[in-house]
Amino acid sequence: MLEIKCPYCGKRSQNEFSYGGDASVKRPDLEKEISDQDWDNFVYFRNNPRGKHSELWQHISGCRQWFKVSRDTVSHEIFKTAKLNEEL
Amino acid sequence: MTQSYRLENIGYINRDRKISFRFNGRKYFGYKGDTLASALLANGVHLVGRSFKYHRPRGFLGAGVDEPNAKVQLYKENNTEPNANATEVELVEGLIAKSQNCWPSVSFDFGAINNLLGKLFPAGFYYKTFMWPKSFWYKIYEPIIRKAAGLGIAPLKPDPDRYEHKYEYCDILVVGSGPSGLSSALSAAKNGARVILAEDKPRFGGSLLTDEVTIGNKKGKEWADEIISQLKSMPNVIVKKRSQVFGYYDHNMMVMCERTKDHIENPNEFTPRQKLWYIRAKEVIVSTGSIERPITFGNNDRPGILLASAAKEYMKVYGVLVGRKPIIFTNNDSAYDTAIEFKKNGINPLVLDTRLDSGSSVVAEAKSLNINIKFSYGIANAKGYLKVKSATIGKLNSDRSSFEKLENITCDCICVSGNWTPTVHLTSQSGNKLKFNDAIDAFTPNESRQSETTVGSANGSFTLKKSLEEGFTKGFELSKKITSKNEKSVSPHSNERSYDQHDKIWCMPLPKNKHYKRFLDFQNDVAVSDIELAVREGYRSIEHVKRYTTLGMATDQGKTSNLNGMQLVSNIENKVIPEVGHTTFRPPYTPITIGAIVGREVGKHYRATRKSPMHEWHEKNKAVFVDAGLWLRPRYYKKGEETLFEASKREAKNVRKNVGVCDVTSLGKIDIKGTDSAEFLNRVYTNAWMKLPIGKARYGVMLREDGIVFDDGTTTRIAENHYHMTTTTAQAANVLSHLEYYLQVVWPELDVNVLSTTEQWAGAALAGPNSRKLLSKLFPNIDVSNENFPFMGYKESELFGVPARIFRISFSGELAYEINVESNYGVSMWKKIIELGKEVNIEPYGTEALSTLRIEMGHVAGSEIDNRTIASDLSLEGMLSKKKDFIGKRSLSREAFTNPNREKIVGVVPVDKKTMIPEGSHLVKDSNASLPNPKLGHISASCWSVEHNNPFSLAILKDGKNKIGEKLYALSPLKNKSIPVEIISSHYVDPKGERARS
Repeated sequence: MLEIKCPYCGKRSQNEFSYGGDASVKRPDLEKEISDQDWDNFVYFRNNPRGKHSELWQHISGCRQWFKVSRDTVSHEIFKTAKLNEEL
Repeated sequence: MTQSYRLENIGYINRDRKISFRFNGRKYFGYKGDTLASALLANGVHLVGRSFKYHRPRGFLGAGVDEPNAKVQLYKENNTEPNANATEVELVEGLIAKSQNCWPSVSFDFGAINNLLGKLFPAGFYYKTFMWPKSFWYKIYEPIIRKAAGLGIAPLKPDPDRYEHKYEYCDILVVGSGPSGLSSALSAAKNGARVILAEDKPRFGGSLLTDEVTIGNKKGKEWADEIISQLKSMPNVIVKKRSQVFGYYDHNMMVMCERTKDHIENPNEFTPRQKLWYIRAKEVIVSTGSIERPITFGNNDRPGILLASAAKEYMKVYGVLVGRKPIIFTNNDSAYDTAIEFKKNGINPLVLDTRLDSGSSVVAEAKSLNINIKFSYGIANAKGYLKVKSATIGKLNSDRSSFEKLENITCDCICVSGNWTPTVHLTSQSGNKLKFNDAIDAFTPNESRQSETTVGSANGSFTLKKSLEEGFTKGFELSKKITSKNEKSVSPHSNERSYDQHDKIWCMPLPKNKHYKRFLDFQNDVAVSDIELAVREGYRSIEHVKRYTTLGMATDQGKTSNLNGMQLVSNIENKVIPEVGHTTFRPPYTPITIGAIVGREVGKHYRATRKSPMHEWHEKNKAVFVDAGLWLRPRYYKKGEETLFEASKREAKNVRKNVGVCDVTSLGKIDIKGTDSAEFLNRVYTNAWMKLPIGKARYGVMLREDGIVFDDGTTTRIAENHYHMTTTTAQAANVLSHLEYYLQVVWPELDVNVLSTTEQWAGAALAGPNSRKLLSKLFPNIDVSNENFPFMGYKESELFGVPARIFRISFSGELAYEINVESNYGVSMWKKIIELGKEVNIEPYGTEALSTLRIEMGHVAGSEIDNRTIASDLSLEGMLSKKKDFIGKRSLSREAFTNPNREKIVGVVPVDKKTMIPEGSHLVKDSNASLPNPKLGHISASCWSVEHNNPFSLAILKDGKNKIGEKLYALSPLKNKSIPVEIISSHYVDPKGERARS
């Protein structure tokens, strides 16, 4: 079980959190024309890196805040966690 | 029975406390402090079980967790436990144990015929033999194999014991209380670290319990006792015995199983049997010691052949002789400790050493005691069926590929030592890529990946001096990192025997023309010939050899066999072991009971139960409950001998005719506040929200970004910047997370706050033509006329002094209202509704009637919003705004979603108007078509329409909008039904929706 440092609450066990996917994905703006390909890339396609990955987690059984985590997908090492408006 | 193999004045057992127990029906005696194994050996019993495949007689090999043979079935009042390790089971009064895998008895086992047929059971036997005919597998081969193989008998009754979980944090967890563990724990604790010291056995001390050493002028055991009492007195230390740390998980999460009950004579009713500890440690010191390797020779699995270290442990810890005429067979010096111990206890052992000689002090000591030592000797074969009787021994030739001359020597036990294997399981689990250490011919720790440090013999440091030094140094260094203190403890002076280099030989040659089985893996009956065959058949990777032969795959996980197997592969292949590699060490290190893993999460404690404030009222009024997520909701209220079907029909009819009340507390409720609330709703819902007036509710549909319908519900504008959203019971938590995601991650600029208020409000839905009349009685101060309080209207008022929210919304399709009061007032609201509703014939209704009502109205719910359907499939395309963008909109223009032949929700009635259509049935054109019969759609929900008095179902049907009026078949192979059906509109009752608006 991972130990994740919530930027608001501190270190807690993984079972307090839920995983929320790739943090680098940006939702296309509303009302903006977008090609099928770009939309599909946003909805369906994700990188699956071996190694460092920046991702979103939510402290679901805690402060309910979403935040960013930089994690190694092989070793599970967590390099850093950050609030959404901070740099990872 | 007398304990004829019990020694006097030696061991740590309590001879004042005699204990009786039964094994295979016979009564024996032992002492408190014995294991089942040591007590049986004290009575001269070596034969404990039959092997897995060949049903060969087997005895004890080890004295602890490494034991591969002595798996027994334990019997307790009313229950049984299989596969208990006799070397770990502590003796308690009245213990009953039996051998496993034998019939009719362990000394005469019918299955042993497999041994004579051994040639028919080579490696990969099952893969090769039972391939054809294919149809035989399920009915004939598998049941027979299952019956013949296997270990103990699984208990059939529920586990009567309690198991608990505990979470703990510490600075340093020390695993193992041998010399390196004790010194690590002591130096870390003295330097201020919070330490947990865990010992798997019932006694602390590890090798200090059996080794002839002194530390700081004390005997090893005395020193260990003193350190333990010192540690116990420190407030920053937790010391635990009978506690197996069996897994090293991510971020230094260690899991430990503590045995808390089975060794106690009269346990309290509530004493948990085992406690599972989840320990998050900043640093972990692995001081797990090492396990002795056997040497392989002909019929080396006979009862009475055991590890030299085990023989020593039985003598020194339990005061038990494993035999009176021992042969000690070794390739190293450590077995001489055992020889000397035998000698001290008046027994004359014969030592066979594969080496030419040894210059160590321990061998010199053995020589000075006149112990008979034969160098360059090996054992070719052991004889004796139920117990070893003699050994065929001989001098090895110079290249050790054969024996020079063989002779037969009588013996009653053979103690084997093939040097030591560091117990690196936890180290490896932590991610440490082990390296092969040529000096000791075993894998030892390499670079740590997590905060793990391995010390002592687990680290390949086999001398006491080095173990102590490593322990004291690492304990200090690691604690300093954490506490920043500088109180250094020094390693005390120690004395031990000196040991020379071992001999690199682990497998004895076979004498000419002899084909003795030489066993590597005792528990899985894997012999040298099996490995040779696997390599001959082309298996190269050690992982493949393992799986093909099942080497190391038994419950002991090859603790004594893996390295010998790898050594053999490397010899055959002429490779060095590092090239062969090692198989993966996976948790758990030892078998863990399912009970310990589950803990207290059993029965109703499996998960939380959520109840509405009106729950007790429902109970008193004969509600039968149903699980709705975590919630318990009334399914129906039973009157007399009614069935579910009868009751739900009665309740639904009464809603259509009079008025009913339903507990809707479990619906998700989300409070939304902020100046951008309308804009936010406009983005998350598919329809328009910018112009919803205060005091009005609106139905809304949410999509996921991929266009699939996510949830639906109503949202009411309570005030200028204040909305009240409802969600389905099932999706309440997911919708909240969804909203939070968009507010925090995607559109942080929006001024909106969301908060779950599900539990703050108790909800009651009034539905039926009489509901307005009832409402006017409940709220005499408000005008409830259709003009003043129209459909989708919202009002706030007081219900007999209690603030209440009233929504005119309808799920049943009838004229309906929903009343919310603060949860604490839920019961009083409910009672008032029932009381005042009497004269308009109110009846409470449950979820079953609720379903009936919504199905015949054609309202969609979870069975249609099933994460596969889009809005138009559900005839909700009118909800999709063309004027604005919203979550998931862009996906709706993708090819698959614009296909005109897509699925559509339809109504389905059986042609005979009698047969209920099972939910999940497939709709097909031809009921007799050959398989696979093309599926056109499926039945999503079924009910007995109370309005039409015949069955009615909803279905999701391909090109459904063009299939109205067609005749199809509903097939349910599960219920063995084929029902002719007609496709009709999904709105079976009040298609224009007039009732709700009346």
